[in-house]
Amino acid sequence: MEINVNGEAHEVDVEDDMPLLWVLRDELNLTGTKYGCGIAQCGACTIHMDGLAVRPCQLKASEAKGRQITTIEGLGTPDALNAVQAAWIEHQVAQCGYCQSGQIMSAASFLKFKPNPTDEEIDYAMSANLCRCGTYPRIREAVKTAAAKLRGEV
Amino acid sequence: MSQLKTITRRTFLVGSTAIAGGVAFGTYLTKKPHDNPLAENLKNGEASFNPWVLINEEKITLVVPHMDMGQGVASMQAALIAEELDLDFGQFEISFGVPAAAYFNTALASEAAPFLSADESIPAKTMRTLMSSVFKIMGLQVTGGSSSVPDSFFKLRMAGATARETLKKAASLKTGVAVEQLKTAGGHVILPDGNQLAYTELAKLASELKPLHNNELREPADWRLIGKPMQRLDVVEKSTGTLKYGIDLAFDEMLYAAVKTNPRKGAAMQSYDDSLAKKMRGVSHVIAVTNGVAVVADNTWRAFKAVDKVDCEWSEAPYPAEQADHWAEVVASFIPERLDKVWRDDGSITWSKDSYEIKSEYKAPYVAHQPLEPLNAIIKVTDERVDIWVAHQMPRFAQQKVASITGHEEEQIYLHNQYAGGSFGHRLEFENVLLAAEIAKQVQGKAIKLTFSREEDFAQDFTRQIGMASGLGGVDNGQVVSMDLSIATVSSSTSQGKRLGQATPGPDKQIVEGAWNLPYAIPNFRVSAYRVPELAPTSSWRSVGASTAGFFADCFLDELIHLAGADPLAERIRLCQDEVVKQVLITAGELSEWNKPLGPNQGRGIALVESFGVPVAEVVEVTQTDNGIKVDQVTVVADVGQVLDPVNFDNLVKGGVVWGLGHAMNSEITYADGKVQQRNYHQHEGMRMHQCPQIIVKGLENATKIRGIGEPPIPPAAPALANAIFAATGQRIREMPFNKHIKFV
Ligand code: FES
Ligand code: FES
Repeated sequence: MEINVNGEAHEVDVEDDMPLLWVLRDELNLTGTKYGCGIAQCGACTIHMDGLAVRPCQLKASEAKGRQITTIEGLGTPDALNAVQAAWIEHQVAQCGYCQSGQIMSAASFLKFKPNPTDEEIDYAMSANLCRCGTYPRIREAVKTAAAKLRGEV
Repeated sequence: MSQLKTITRRTFLVGSTAIAGGVAFGTYLTKKPHDNPLAENLKNGEASFNPWVLINEEKITLVVPHMDMGQGVASMQAALIAEELDLDFGQFEISFGVPAAAYFNTALASEAAPFLSADESIPAKTMRTLMSSVFKIMGLQVTGGSSSVPDSFFKLRMAGATARETLKKAASLKTGVAVEQLKTAGGHVILPDGNQLAYTELAKLASELKPLHNNELREPADWRLIGKPMQRLDVVEKSTGTLKYGIDLAFDEMLYAAVKTNPRKGAAMQSYDDSLAKKMRGVSHVIAVTNGVAVVADNTWRAFKAVDKVDCEWSEAPYPAEQADHWAEVVASFIPERLDKVWRDDGSITWSKDSYEIKSEYKAPYVAHQPLEPLNAIIKVTDERVDIWVAHQMPRFAQQKVASITGHEEEQIYLHNQYAGGSFGHRLEFENVLLAAEIAKQVQGKAIKLTFSREEDFAQDFTRQIGMASGLGGVDNGQVVSMDLSIATVSSSTSQGKRLGQATPGPDKQIVEGAWNLPYAIPNFRVSAYRVPELAPTSSWRSVGASTAGFFADCFLDELIHLAGADPLAERIRLCQDEVVKQVLITAGELSEWNKPLGPNQGRGIALVESFGVPVAEVVEVTQTDNGIKVDQVTVVADVGQVLDPVNFDNLVKGGVVWGLGHAMNSEITYADGKVQQRNYHQHEGMRMHQCPQIIVKGLENATKIRGIGEPPIPPAAPALANAIFAATGQRIREMPFNKHIKFV
């Protein structure tokens, strides 16, 4: 089947019900998207489908047909950072970093809908992503900075 | 030499205390530096001055032997070398090095010796030196025990200085300018006329010189990097999904493996039926492995799916099947026959029947490590060599274990250490490496990537120790006068030692760590350790013994202080005999505005625990709301002697608070039918963001020794919260997880 990831069409030969996560990681070698729990609990795998944050460990490959998939690699690169990634670097959020692709993808999608979120809204939205290293205080700050960047204030 | 090795092997232990016969080896061997592993593979014109610096015509490589599991140790180690070598970030590459004896960890050993960390008496020093020697002979390259900073602080700066002086010597030979007139900056030797010679240019000449040792280290006032905020070397990669963890690596023709092993840990598999699995798409092998079965396929998910379809018959667990029986064994352990050691006995504790004024019992459950990157390992076996790609805290042990499975010589095993997606002690264990080796031995010639499913990872995780404490105490005249704490836990050191093939003779200090070393002069103060016979296997969980004993000790002290009618902070300060620790308490009081009145339904609690030589005080503020307890704010003060990077320090301390609080509030591992009942994060999630308080962090630098901060913030978090809940509600919670007794927002 054909799936479109980061603006490129890929032909993959997989079962309809293979979770999109494993298509990305093992078939397309897009390993920025992480496996953490496989049951929609941790958010490490978060990507965008048609601009919306989704969990590909819960999406069948066939459900991605005809959709635009964006992974962390497509959001921005070290040379062309997305505003959210830039905020993450500015605040030195990462410890082990394993959760951070998912955190950044969640935040990027959230800020599209809530460009000026309150603290409670940030906490509520980001609570779906687990960070075992406990970088939450920095994630909070980085989301606020990213929001300001996206609004063009900084 | 081989004789020596057996002696030290048999008697060496991590986290415990006795070294039987440990003096047999004298000092010669320990004084002799280990070979420089970089010297073996030097190409022509490449200079290596010591095991940490490698320079050739193209580039400079700094070797950072401690595994980076998120604590930022790769950047920190590089900064220490770069400080003396006059390199800027961006001018060098880093490498995790090869497992080698030269990278032995001297600092972890000194903490294993049974003396208060501030104790500089002759026996204490002798014992610490001795422990370091054991580690050196063992060639132990261990990342753990918050030891990376103390291990590296002098060694790596010295390595930088040696390289710098040798390069200057080379420049002097080349130009005829006297060494005294040369300076270094930004990766260059600078001549008096302003001309510059790049280190890389000098590499060939320098490689022919004898490295110049015994250089003076720079004064703190001259530091460019240490103590200043650094941008971590990996932060851009970790924010763009471009950093490859072990689980992300891929090789040509690589195959993907999954395992299912007996969820009754350590018990055998009786039989299995793989008829369904074998027929599934992409599956190439179904293999029996120790205590279970492995599937090899062409994609991780296909391997997961197929292994799930293998039907297995499991043997019974070698430990009690039900959780209640684990607790019963702990309760039954407060008996003279199980007394491990009385660790502290100040004044005299003489309870006649019921003469104490208070008796309390505390409980701490099993808890899982579960870093977000599940266990994994890639192994490729051929006749000539074995390659292992894995993130491991003890790479040399991992190599030995693999050699014992594949039958290769240790020299034929190449371990490529990787960035870890967290560890918290999980990557001190070997299950992933052992199983991957078993599979790769049977499927040779191709790289095999074994990934644990999260469910398998939970099932096989060696948890924190389970334990209880019983406290008796007395007060007089508004002061705490007697505290008698008995602690019974299983010995995680012994459990871990068994898997390492290391005997752990003597008492286990971890049972009472954080309690026996309370820095308080309570007139009558006794701490006794009881050893619960091994139940389910356990291991080192971030902060190890102090995560349980620190909770017991500080909470019980808090009870006594309340009984005395004293102020929790003032009484701790009054009892404190150590000036460094006292300053930590005083600063925590100031920073948290301890004396400022709180609103209705609010409460404030303080705890102080010293672990890994670092005293940490935490003040927690909570509010009782209609929806449960809300943790509002935590103020943390720690004294590590020297803060190397304030940004990383702040991040690690906050993470430690989240870890300590989250598990104390929400998480435990329990057994039923011999199996772990919690198999994914919804059943054991630690903390999520909505529960995360504001955290205020302050590092003090009064202590004379430099220490690491990865673990010490954890132990005081749980008692400070329990004490705060008491202050807000009048309810004493004496059992973790607290959510068994009170609701959290
Ligand atoms: S792996 Fe998808 S949410 Fe955890
Ligand atoms: S940074 Fe390690 S899990 Fe979030």
